[in-house]
Amino acid sequence: MNMNYLLCGVGGQGTVLAAKVLAAAAIAKGEEVKTTETIGMAQRGGSVTSYVRTGHGIHSPIIPLGAADVIIGFEPGEVVRNIKYLKKGGTVVVSTKSVMPVTAALTNSTYNGDEMVEYIKKAAENVVIIDGEKLCNECGSDKVLNVILLGAAIKSGAVGITLEETKDALLKRLPAKLHDLNIKALELGMRG
Amino acid sequence: MPEQLVMGNEAIAFGAIKAGVKMVAGYPGTPSTEVLETIAKNNNGNIHVEWSINEKAALEVGAGAAYAGARTLVTMKQVGLNVASDPLMSLNYVGVKGGMVILVADDPGPISSQTEQDTRHYAKFAKMMVFDPSSPKEAYEMIQDAFEYSEKYGEPVFMRPTTRICHGYQTIELSNEIEERTVEGFVKDSDRWVIFPKLSYNNHIKLEKKLVEISEDLNTYRFNTVTGRGTKGIITSGVSYEYVKEVVGDREDIKVFKVATANPFPEKLALEFLEGLDAVLAVEELDPVLEREITYVCGKYNVNAKVYGKLTGHVVNAGELSADKAAESIALFLGEENKFAADETSAVGAPELPARPPVLCPGCPHRASFYAVKLAMKGKKTRYCGDIGCYTLGNAMPLDMVDTCLCMGAGLTMAQGFAHAEPDVYSFGFIGDSTFFASGMTGVVNAVYNQANITIVLLDNSTTAMTGHQPHPGTGRTMMGDVVNCVDPEMILKGMGVKTVVTADPLDLENAVEVVKKTAEKKGVKAIIFKSPCIAVSKPAQREVIDEDKCINCKKCIKELGCPAIVLKDGKAFIEKSMCFGCSVCETVCPVQAISKAGGDK
Repeated sequence: MNMNYLLCGVGGQGTVLAAKVLAAAAIAKGEEVKTTETIGMAQRGGSVTSYVRTGHGIHSPIIPLGAADVIIGFEPGEVVRNIKYLKKGGTVVVSTKSVMPVTAALTNSTYNGDEMVEYIKKAAENVVIIDGEKLCNECGSDKVLNVILLGAAIKSGAVGITLEETKDALLKRLPAKLHDLNIKALELGMRG
Repeated sequence: MPEQLVMGNEAIAFGAIKAGVKMVAGYPGTPSTEVLETIAKNNNGNIHVEWSINEKAALEVGAGAAYAGARTLVTMKQVGLNVASDPLMSLNYVGVKGGMVILVADDPGPISSQTEQDTRHYAKFAKMMVFDPSSPKEAYEMIQDAFEYSEKYGEPVFMRPTTRICHGYQTIELSNEIEERTVEGFVKDSDRWVIFPKLSYNNHIKLEKKLVEISEDLNTYRFNTVTGRGTKGIITSGVSYEYVKEVVGDREDIKVFKVATANPFPEKLALEFLEGLDAVLAVEELDPVLEREITYVCGKYNVNAKVYGKLTGHVVNAGELSADKAAESIALFLGEENKFAADETSAVGAPELPARPPVLCPGCPHRASFYAVKLAMKGKKTRYCGDIGCYTLGNAMPLDMVDTCLCMGAGLTMAQGFAHAEPDVYSFGFIGDSTFFASGMTGVVNAVYNQANITIVLLDNSTTAMTGHQPHPGTGRTMMGDVVNCVDPEMILKGMGVKTVVTADPLDLENAVEVVKKTAEKKGVKAIIFKSPCIAVSKPAQREVIDEDKCINCKKCIKELGCPAIVLKDGKAFIEKSMCFGCSVCETVCPVQAISKAGGDK
């Protein structure tokens, strides 16, 4: 089955690893995969978008507008930025915690993450809201937001990949000492 | 091997290894960098792999190896080719013995480059073949073909992937085989290897003849294809071909000409494509190269087909394409409604989005260096010439410390122009360590010789940060895994005749400010080396916290530094613990000592 996943967030949040896990899970099922990323010139702090396309006969590495089955959002503002890619009837999984750009602090114009989430709820039919900060704290690591969101995405049923398939793909990419932490994160994400 | 997800640049690297490459030289540049890195990582010891100090050096190192008969790969980004253009424009006349592929990555957008230049023009200018892959999978095959063609005609060839090929991933089945090739060795022949006007004249004649032959040959090249039928045709190449396919799908009523070799242009195949067409749309990124080629063929052979593209406003003439943009162009060309991906989520009244302009990382030593100069020169008339690297981001507010940025190495030399034209200013040239080795050193000699009154600020973070932390002569590590003597910029500067060279730690802000104040007042060429490692190659220190009771809410830390780790929380400055690197510069900035290391006073 052809699937288009869009993952978006801010540089340093781990979107790229999550994209790789989805791709690996699809490959394990014998699908063809094309992925690409849009990353700005800064090493950290910029908008990051990963496109993962799986199935057969995929041409463009970038998902066309209105063709994403699932958007996995690491940051609510970034989801709003990318909502035009979402297919009608598509699913959004979003972490509520906003990441302020340095410009917001400078101009005294901090934006409201809740406002973004409210907008996403109106724009998309299926929205899974995750308190990423709280769940990261429960895991005791601020590096597992990506895995938590993957867990939530699997639970939503919209990604077409099972927990076991994801776990296999994920653990292969991580050193053994991080396995327990990431399994916990995956499970917490599924619980939501 | 089973199918695996391979990055385009990795695919090119594995293809080159399979083709028996023996010499790989390059200079880092997004989006080309991973090609050389992948070969270094997978080197069985039979390949010499090096980061040369710049693209010109890389091409010349490569030329030597290719003259000796070794299969050679030289890698760079598009603007790097400008640096290498001097050897390039002679090498084409001389030719090579071992197959030589010059891998030049173009960057439509541009996403991380100064220009949207199109390397296909260079191919035409230099009378060279250019291979233009449309996917990572094709790139893997094409690099192997490129070596074959280079050897067959005794000429260096270009391969020019674009960002979406370089950094795109695709499932590919890689082979473990390596073509075993022996290097014959150099055969002395002054009439062949020593360029003189007479040789250039003779070889120019031969080269023109060869180009006709190659064009003939490329008519049947496996990745140059014509599909479909009808009276409307699309000519396209590279990733644009994939966008066109995404839009056109299985439609058989449109002809599609995929051009994998824009130069020399496969004319006969183009005529086959034009057969029965009354209109052609050229869908390509960067410049209208195919559009002009097909227009030329129409004129030359009196074909009555109208050509549309960038020159007629049917295709955008700047920025990268996408399937969506291609769909608009194709709908306009065919006079059809654009039904492509019309099933978009209806999104109206979206809240205003935060801009995320590129900024220096939290804890980046460049922030401290720029801030030190800013404080030291407050109230003085200054010119701050920046350069290419992470430190270009010193232009962002609130630092606002980059007045100019032109190209690699231009900061030091432009500063001299300002100093001569405006003798009353304090003129600064900022340059990073890798850029200094790449193209800064000659500028220093120029300044010393021509008596410029400038301050050189060498931002030495011990790596090539922006392209992903490659080693360089100052790091003492090579791509062959050897640990070698570090080339010391301080000794270079002194050896070149710079009388005042001061090394300081920018994170010791108070001292750094004093150093700048003192040094800038001296006459002539003087240099400050701000030495502090990139945060990506060092370990974080104890993070900082703001004592809410002491904080007077002046927000100076935010307004002065623009550090991404310091944010506003409930109207007050707050340090995000996950982002802070503990550089402690904000401690120095705080007027009431409200910021200190977490876990008590240090």
